[in-house]
Amino acid sequence: MIFLQLFWVYVKIGLFNFGGGYAMLSLIQDEVVDKHGWISMQEFTDIVAVSQMTPGPIGINSATYVGYTCVLNAGYPLPVAVLGSCLATLSVCLPSFVLIWIIVHYFTRFRQNRYVASAFLGLRPATVGLIASAALLLLNSENFIDYKSFLIFGFAFLLTWKVKLHPILTILAAGVSGLLLYG
Amino acid sequence: MYWTLFLTFTRIGAFTIGGGYAMLPLIEREVVGRGWINREDFFDLFTVSQSMPGIFAVNISLFLGYRLKKIPGSLVCMLGAILPSFLMILLIALFFTHIQDQLWVERLFKGLRPAVVALIAVPCFTAARSAGLTWKTSFIAIGAAMLIWLLGVSPIYIILAAAGGGLFYGLRIKKD
Repeated sequence: MIFLQLFWVYVKIGLFNFGGGYAMLSLIQDEVVDKHGWISMQEFTDIVAVSQMTPGPIGINSATYVGYTCVLNAGYPLPVAVLGSCLATLSVCLPSFVLIWIIVHYFTRFRQNRYVASAFLGLRPATVGLIASAALLLLNSENFIDYKSFLIFGFAFLLTWKVKLHPILTILAAGVSGLLLYG
Repeated sequence: MYWTLFLTFTRIGAFTIGGGYAMLPLIEREVVGRGWINREDFFDLFTVSQSMPGIFAVNISLFLGYRLKKIPGSLVCMLGAILPSFLMILLIALFFTHIQDQLWVERLFKGLRPAVVALIAVPCFTAARSAGLTWKTSFIAIGAAMLIWLLGVSPIYIILAAAGGGLFYGLRIKKD
C-alpha cells in the first residue's frame, strides 16, 4: 500500500532528523532510494540541486517530489499523485507538530533538561558523521562521470569553503559549466 | 489575525532559498519587528527548534504560531511556511518529467551533480568545528559516516545509538 508506506517513511524522516537539512540527506536516501526504490540515486542528487535553488528546506522539497513521483510511478493518475505529494509533505511535519505540543506542555526548559543535554553529547558528533555520509554516498560514478566532474567539484568546494559564495550562485555556476563543458 | 499570520509565514517561506537557517533573519524581522514576540523569547524558541528532531523551518513556525494563537495558530503558520516550497516543487515535478530527457537538461545536471556533493562536503567541516569535535568525539563522527557509507546501516540506528550513548555517558559516567 503505497500511501501507508509513504506516510510511514516520511514520519520516520521527520522524527529522526537531527542537525538540519544536510544531516537528513543520508536518511532520506536510505529510505527513498535504497529501501523503496522510489527514485534513483541520480534523481535524488537532482532534487538536492533543485532544492538549493528553490524556496524551502530539502526535507519538504524531497517529500513533495518523492510523494508525487512514486505515486505516479505506481500507476495512479495525476490528481492522485498530487495527493501523494500532499501526504508526504504533511507526514514529514507531523512528528514536529506532536513533539512541540509535548515540549510546550511538559518541558519548560527543554535545553536545560539533563536528559536532552546528555543525549546531545552523542548526537552532536554523530550529526557531523551523518553529513559526511551524505557527501560520501553521493560521491559515486553516477554523479562523477569523468574528470570534468572532479573539476566542477573542486571549484564548487573552494568557492563555497574559501570564498563563501552563496549556494545558489555556486549551483548556477555549476549549471553553466555543465552546459559549456558537455556541449 | 490568522490571515495575517498565514501571509507572513508564506512570505518567509517564499523568500528563504536553500532552506533552514537562511530564513532566520527574515523571520526575526517579520516576527520580532512586528512586536509579536520579544527578542529573548525568539532566541529561546530558535535554540529549541534547532535541537529537536524535524525540519527547522517547520519547528520554528509551529512554535511561533503556538506562542501567538495556540494549536490553530501553529497549524496556520506551518502551512504558510511550507506552501511556497510545496507549490514550487510540485510545479517542477509536473514539468520536469517532460523535459528531463532533453539534451540541455542532461548537460545542466551533469554540471550540477558534482557541485551538490561539494555543497554537502563543506558543511562537514564547518559542522565539525561548531560541534566542537575533539580527537575522541571525532571517532563517533567517523564511525557513524563509515557505518552508513560502507555497511549501509540505516541512519536511524546511528541516531538512536548516538542519543543512547550520550545519555549513558552524560548521566552515568560524567556525573562522577
